[in-house]
Order: sequence, then C-alpha cells, then structure tokens
Amino acid sequence: MTTASIKVSETPLVLYTLRRADDALVLGHRLSEWCGHAPMLEEDMALANMGLDLLGQARELYSYAAKVEGKGNDEDKFAYLRDVRQYRNLLLLEQPNGDFARTMVRQFFYSVFADLYWRAMMKSADPTLAAVAAKSEKESAYHVRHTSEWIVRLGDGTEESHRRAQSAIDELWAFTGEMFAVDDSERGLIDAGIAVDPTGLRAQWLKTITNVVNEATLTLPKNDWMQQGGRIGHHSEHLGHLLSELQSLQRTFPGATW
Amino acid sequence: MVAVLDSDLRQRAWDAAAQVVDPEIPVLTIADLGVLREVAVHDGKVEVAITPTYSGCPAMNMIALEIELALERAGFARPTVRTVLSPAWTTDWMSEDGRAKLRDYGIAPPQASSSRRALFGEQQVACPQCGSTNTEVLSEFGSTSCKALWRCKACREPFDYFKCH
Repeated sequence: MTTASIKVSETPLVLYTLRRADDALVLGHRLSEWCGHAPMLEEDMALANMGLDLLGQARELYSYAAKVEGKGNDEDKFAYLRDVRQYRNLLLLEQPNGDFARTMVRQFFYSVFADLYWRAMMKSADPTLAAVAAKSEKESAYHVRHTSEWIVRLGDGTEESHRRAQSAIDELWAFTGEMFAVDDSERGLIDAGIAVDPTGLRAQWLKTITNVVNEATLTLPKNDWMQQGGRIGHHSEHLGHLLSELQSLQRTFPGATW
Repeated sequence: MVAVLDSDLRQRAWDAAAQVVDPEIPVLTIADLGVLREVAVHDGKVEVAITPTYSGCPAMNMIALEIELALERAGFARPTVRTVLSPAWTTDWMSEDGRAKLRDYGIAPPQASSSRRALFGEQQVACPQCGSTNTEVLSEFGSTSCKALWRCKACREPFDYFKCH
C-alpha cells in the first residue's frame, strides 16, 4: 500500500511560505545526515544543532502555510506527502553533503543569505512571518559565525583543506543566484510589504562572502551563469533520494504516528 | 459573580501551570523562562498560551504535555495549550530569579541583552563555579539548542552557557 500525495492550493502566500519551509526542511535534513559522522564531537553537535534550528523553522512555516491554505493539510502532510515536483526549495540546499568542506560552503552561502533575509523579514506586514523571522534571524547569526570561521580555517589551512574548500566553492557557485530570484507570484507580496525583495540583499551578501573568502585565501568563480528551477519544482536528481529516505516511514505505513 | 469566579480560577490555573519545569533544565520553571505567556479561563475551561524558545527546541512538546497534566491534577478538565509566536521569545524575558537559579545549577545565564551586539560580544561570560571571567568558548553549540560549551581557565572546569537569543 502506498500513500497518495496531497494536493496543495498554491496561492501566492501559501507558495511563498512553502518555499521557505522547504528550504529549511531540506537543508536541515542534509545536516542531520552528518549526525554521528562529523569529524569531531563538537562539530557533530554543531551540525545537529543547526539542523534542529532549521527543522524548527520549517515546522513553524509549514504550520502557517497549512493555516493560510485552510484545506486540512498540516506540517506533517506537507513534509511527508508531497513528491519531488511539489517541493519548492532552492537547488543549493538539496545538493549532497559531499565532504565536510562542501557542507560548510553550502551552509555558508545559505546562512549569510538567510541572516540578511530574516533580518529584513522582521519588518514583514505579516505578523506570523515577522515572528518566525525574529527567531530565525538570531539562529542564522550563529550559523554565519560558525561557518565563516570554518571557511577561513579550511581555506587558510593545509593544502588539502584549501583544495577541497576551493572545489566546493567552484561546484556550488552556480546555485547561489537562485536565492535572489523573484517571480510573479512573489512580486505582489513584495509590493504589499509581506515579502522582502531579495535582489536588494545581493550586494551585502556578496560583500560578506567576498570578505570571508578573501581572508580564507580562496577565490570566487568569475562565471555568472546561474542554475534555477527549485522554486517551481524542477530539481536535481538528488532531492528524490533525500525524500525517499525522509518520507519512507510515512509512505510505507500511511498515517503512522508515535 | 461569574467574573470574580473566573479570575480566582485564573490565578489557580496560573499557579498550577507556572510550576511546570523545563525538562532539560529542571531548576527553571516555565514562568522563570518567560515561556508561560497567558492563562485565560472561559466558563471554567482553561486555555494556556506558551511561546517557543528556540525554533527547534524539542522540549516544547513535553512542556505543553506537562502543562495539561498539571492543570488536570489541579482539577481543570480538558485544558488546552496553544503556541503564540509573536512577539518572539528572547532570553531577555528570563527572570532575575531564573538567572540566579541557573547559575546555582552550574549553567552560566545569558547576558542581559539579546541585541546583536550581545549575540556577538559575549566574551565576558563568568564561570558559574568560581566566578572568574577568565573563560573561553569550546563549542558554540552545546548539549541543547540553547547552550554553548565553555571552559574556565581559572578553575579548569568546563561549563554550559545559556546563549543569548
């Protein structure tokens, strides 16, 4: 027996909230894959803690999306009963963990963005999104500090750690543009003061990234071509594998609860 | 008459709910933490509002369950607990009493202000064992979402620090 996927009425606000919830869930799940495998105990705890922060943000956002949608869905149904094509997360966040440097670079690119984004969202005209932002902003600030320190340590460390960090930057760079993209469904929310225009965050993001990368004796790629598609459900092959693990219990035993 | 009765009940319900402790830090009540926000009584039915601490704090489900049990023990049938997100919880809401209890328990309490400056300038964390400020951070992320792991360079004891949030 299998469980059918749910249908979602993606009004602009539901879609907007689900996109951010999916970002947090998918990246949080990736971090949880490190649990018990990190290079040292402190880092194992750090990765699990950051993953937990993201999972908490995802839960609040899914619950809010469910309330706005008003069709009887809930946080669990959004997480467990949507297929790959229904997920709306950024492509960057579903990329496999790879080595430790790659996980850190992915987290660094995203956390610097998330910190700026949530800080701006604290002024959202939507009180729930503003409240989620007030929490997430502080959590992101810790993530930025932690990952920045690692980028410098890896880049300015040994020849091997430098090589790995540089190759992670080169491989993930093309996924960073999607964080700053806006489509028509979000335009109205931005005009209404509910959403933040991410294009306005890019200069500050690039400045922070550049400073840390320079300090780490690493370099940013010159190419400007950016891969997109996650926001409309066009994912890399990696997300399906992630979801098959994340959803396996609920798909195998429909409706199972603790 | 009904209004007076409800306000008496409200105080009794508040007192019962306020006794619930954080399962991870059992010396702190949810009132000390600032997690207990509101207790309302309508026609004898109690509704409690709590606010989550860290977004992913797994203790929140446990706390909600404990509140329901505490209220039922105090004679309130079918109490409900709801979560309010706004305004967002901050460590600034932790009571002075709560901070003292934390210190006595061996956890350095959060700095007084959760402003961004405090988030990133918390280098003066006093050791809860010997009081020395000659301390250093071992790991930004500790045994629970709300804590970092520190070490005292004076008495050599490691200790938990309740992070600003």
